[in-house]
Amino acid sequence: MRLTLIVAGVLIGVVLGIGGYTFIYAKGYSYLTNNPAACANCHVMDGYYASWQKGPHHIVAVCNDCHTPHNVFGKYAVKASNGFRHSFYFTSGRYPDTILITPGSARVTENACRSCHGEITSAIEPHGGRISCIRCHAEVGHL
Amino acid sequence: MTKKTLILTVIIAALGALAITALLVNIFERKSEARNPFYRVVALNDTISDPAVWGKNFPMQFDDYRRTVDQVRTHFGGSEAVPRTPTGADPRSVVAQSKLEADPRLKTMWAGYAFSKDFREERGHAYMLIDQLYTERQKVVKQPGTCINCHASTYVAMKQLGNGDLFAGFAKINHMPYFEARKYVQHPVACIDCHDPSTMQLRVTRPAFILGLRALKKDPNYDPNSMATRQEMRAFVCGQCHVEYYFQGPEKTLVFPWANGLHADDILAYYDQVKQNDWTHAETGAGVLKAQHPEFEMWNQGIHARSGVACADCHMPYKREGALKISDHHVRSPLLNINRACQTCHRWPEEELKARVDMIQTRTFEMRNTAMDALMALIADIKTAQTGGAPPEQLASARNFQRRAQFLLDFVEAENSTGFHAPQEAARVLTLSIDASRKGEMVLRPMVTKPLPPS
Repeated sequence: MRLTLIVAGVLIGVVLGIGGYTFIYAKGYSYLTNNPAACANCHVMDGYYASWQKGPHHIVAVCNDCHTPHNVFGKYAVKASNGFRHSFYFTSGRYPDTILITPGSARVTENACRSCHGEITSAIEPHGGRISCIRCHAEVGHL
Repeated sequence: MTKKTLILTVIIAALGALAITALLVNIFERKSEARNPFYRVVALNDTISDPAVWGKNFPMQFDDYRRTVDQVRTHFGGSEAVPRTPTGADPRSVVAQSKLEADPRLKTMWAGYAFSKDFREERGHAYMLIDQLYTERQKVVKQPGTCINCHASTYVAMKQLGNGDLFAGFAKINHMPYFEARKYVQHPVACIDCHDPSTMQLRVTRPAFILGLRALKKDPNYDPNSMATRQEMRAFVCGQCHVEYYFQGPEKTLVFPWANGLHADDILAYYDQVKQNDWTHAETGAGVLKAQHPEFEMWNQGIHARSGVACADCHMPYKREGALKISDHHVRSPLLNINRACQTCHRWPEEELKARVDMIQTRTFEMRNTAMDALMALIADIKTAQTGGAPPEQLASARNFQRRAQFLLDFVEAENSTGFHAPQEAARVLTLSIDASRKGEMVLRPMVTKPLPPS
């Protein structure tokens, strides 16, 4: 009986050990931070990260400021769902070279624009409708 | 804990370990990809035209380059693999569809010229040499070596023939008969035609293009290889061949007719000045011209050129191989590669982008058909007038309008984008063509109205 427990314990320990190593090796902890470099852990984001560094918003906003909601719960919920989707596609390799934003993520960025620039946007917004900010300002964040 | 539970624990733990290890290895592989390895296997120099040798150092680019054998149709362009029975004279078992069969009016437009005998949709770069070698046009006329300028990798051959002087070698190749020039070349367009072997930088190797640019810029010392920007070079290397040209004089020198500008009517005015006729029309006796794939000229009039978008941006867009970003050397229609070619700038769904292109091309094709019908009517009228004994000066004037109408029409017809490279310019050129056909017919018509009496 004791032997069985030891065997089970060792097995679970091994899984935890490999899992822990994988988490550290993949810099899993970095995704909990606000550091934009974390988003470029995967080379898919290299181009976007590089063009953000040269873009006008890099002094005032990091990836999370535009791509996650401005509240703690929403922020980590979006991080979790995007994180899962990105890891899935990057691991399986099934994604196009030019990645396009999903409608849900587009809503997040639109709200982010308005959260900082609300004074201007509310003054120019037409009645009964919204124009997407990035329809014209496509290059403010990155190319 | 029973035995059953233990076995279950082992299985679950094993599967867990397996999944995590697989993920670990995958992450490791992705991280290794990001290190951009480059292995220099062979030393390249300025005398190696065989792309397979270059391909040893650049296997990914070479792999894509070899894919230009693909034959894929788009709505208005692209070649379709048509099987044929190989013969002793022509061993090809696959060719592209005949454009003469698709539109027999072309035979009338080119009556008396070799193009009325065999004219097929162009295939990919890989076929440029064999398709030229075996076209029926070779049997109808004796072609000069000039033709090989753009149907083979000629850089090394020209350097050797000119004892190191590219321009002297160029002159020699032009003077040879085609089949003699053919002996000096082995490959279709290859790496060395666009790249410097020591730096891999883009470079122009075709003397006709350099001379054409000098005429266009009115600067006899212009040298694209040292004076053009990187983005200009990404169009210039393609413009070495995808242009309008003619064979000048008995030396058959390849000349790009750009001294007046790059518009179709600028080029026509140039041909009028130098009194160039490509051939005499068999049905009307008009001195006429054949336009040849003026993609570079047409692209120059469009919004993409104006926005600084070069040929390579859409026809060789960047792609990802692992973490490496490379230019796609599988040169092809952007419509077959919309995500990389268009969506980098145009963030719209693929179907929407395709529909926009199709709208432009459908309209251009309709205008082209209208211009073609107008030209057919003019040619028929000239034939009738000839047999009816019309005055020579009227006939000469009508023939001159035919020359204008068919060169302008052919400029859009021969241009391989069905108007997309510059939609409004294509429309403008076609209206000029229709207007020339109309004026030509007017010349041959008897007066339908009397002059108004003085009021």
